[in-house]
Amino acid sequence: MEVLDQIESIQKEIVEDFSLFEGNKEQSIEYIMDLGMELDTLPEEFHRDEFLIKGCQSKVWLVASLDENGAVVFQSDSNTALTKGLISLLMRVYSGQQPQAILRSEPWFLKEIGMDQLVGTQRSNGLTAMIKRISDYAGSFDKENG
Amino acid sequence: MTETKTITQREQQLVEVKKDFPILKREVNGHPLIYLDNAATTQKPQGVINALTEYYSSYNSNIHRGVHTLANEATEAFEKTRNTAAGFINSKVDELVLTKGTTESINLVARTWGEKSISKDDVILVGGAEHHSNIVPWQLLSDRVGCKVRPVKIKEEGVLDLEDLRFQLSENVKLVAVNLISNSLGTINPVKEVGRLAKEFGAKVLIDGAQAAPHMKIDVQDLDCHFLAFSGHKMYGPTGVGFLFGKSEILNSIPPFQGGGEMIKEVSFEGTSYLDPPLKFEAGTPNIADVIAMQPAFELIQKVGFEKISEMEKELIRYSRERMASIPGLKEFGTSQSKTALFSFIVDGVHSFDLGQLLDAKGIAVRTGHHCTMPLMDSLGIEGTVRASFGIYNTVKDAEYLWDQVERIQSKYGSA
Repeated sequence: MEVLDQIESIQKEIVEDFSLFEGNKEQSIEYIMDLGMELDTLPEEFHRDEFLIKGCQSKVWLVASLDENGAVVFQSDSNTALTKGLISLLMRVYSGQQPQAILRSEPWFLKEIGMDQLVGTQRSNGLTAMIKRISDYAGSFDKENG
Repeated sequence: MTETKTITQREQQLVEVKKDFPILKREVNGHPLIYLDNAATTQKPQGVINALTEYYSSYNSNIHRGVHTLANEATEAFEKTRNTAAGFINSKVDELVLTKGTTESINLVARTWGEKSISKDDVILVGGAEHHSNIVPWQLLSDRVGCKVRPVKIKEEGVLDLEDLRFQLSENVKLVAVNLISNSLGTINPVKEVGRLAKEFGAKVLIDGAQAAPHMKIDVQDLDCHFLAFSGHKMYGPTGVGFLFGKSEILNSIPPFQGGGEMIKEVSFEGTSYLDPPLKFEAGTPNIADVIAMQPAFELIQKVGFEKISEMEKELIRYSRERMASIPGLKEFGTSQSKTALFSFIVDGVHSFDLGQLLDAKGIAVRTGHHCTMPLMDSLGIEGTVRASFGIYNTVKDAEYLWDQVERIQSKYGSA
């Protein structure tokens, strides 16, 4: 349960970060853009169709591996800065977490922040597709972990 | 001094027009709405909104067959719009078919004239910068009859390459389908010249006038085209109303589009006969309310007048090009001098989606992406652009705010 709590507490932190903007769209968007500009880029070799997520308006590549502790490490990239910012938030929540914890978690922070209104329906749908892929990776690693 | 004064006067007139549009008084994300997505759809003046309410509250009725007062009033108002639309493009009234939009108008031509007149060895030439709605109906026709659909090149400045058209024209070409104004680039195509060239080979000409109708005078006699399609919602009218002009001799000789009520003369199981055009092509109860509410939209455009619209657009183009030239890493597409106030551009280092979203946060509505012209984007080697398209109510002040914001975003996020 401890690991699940970690995902919960990170989500709480993110919600707190966004609460500083008091719903100001401009500041929130620019904050997400800034996060995106700080995100490490994924090496070009991973910019391949097999890592591409369908359902995103922008291009999003997501790669996952297991570390020595059985946690899932995600690496991701996009061709647009704002989407990279969204990725950065997802990485903060999910990367380094146990597959079981990811599978049991709910990404409630997005609703809490009002991400739909901030980035619009199309990008929000893209986010859902990204989370689905994260969960699929966690599911297959969970089976591997036995 | 005199020039500045004239500009101010024009600005003042536009401010008056703007007052007529209730939606333009709203705020978006804490900023006054600056609506620059007019190529997608325009906002509606109070007159149009009132006409809709008035129709439903005082004379809602089905048209053409009723004998009662409401039916007569509704029929009269409905046909008044058809008359106005015909006058608007200088066609005969019975050459003007009411549809639900440009897309349906083009599909109607492909389904009726296309299936009757086009066969396996025939060729349809479409402009390289066409909206998908002037490409896909021809591809679907090609699936049915086996004809070929070929693009005509676009010159670097964003207008149709007449040399390439001349090169591709042959006896096999049965139709040339081009837009008068590109929805992605705002450039004006030399359609009269297209018509002259097509005529030499006996090819028919279909003009997609959806973007042009709110910006410039269209005269189908002068253009000498066979078909012209345009939409009400891009000219300050309601959605779901479109127009198709077709030359009488063609409309008289082609089969109906859909079958049903409204379009028949007599129905029996031994054989059915149809009404004459345009009603022959208008099966079923039409979009009565929206057609009626188009009337005040036409009246608004006529009241302002194309001369004034064009003057104002020239000013917007002059001002915007000056501003664009001074923003590092900004590239404009559709650089032709012959264009409307529509600016399609990208900024180095800032993805068009992000730029659109950042502008939205400042209350500016623009469009981002491929604008339903994927083949054009491919030929330009880009995924998409940001498109700021101006309407009858947009002032130089709106343009100033737009370019100020683009400049600010570029200096913060751009890579140039």
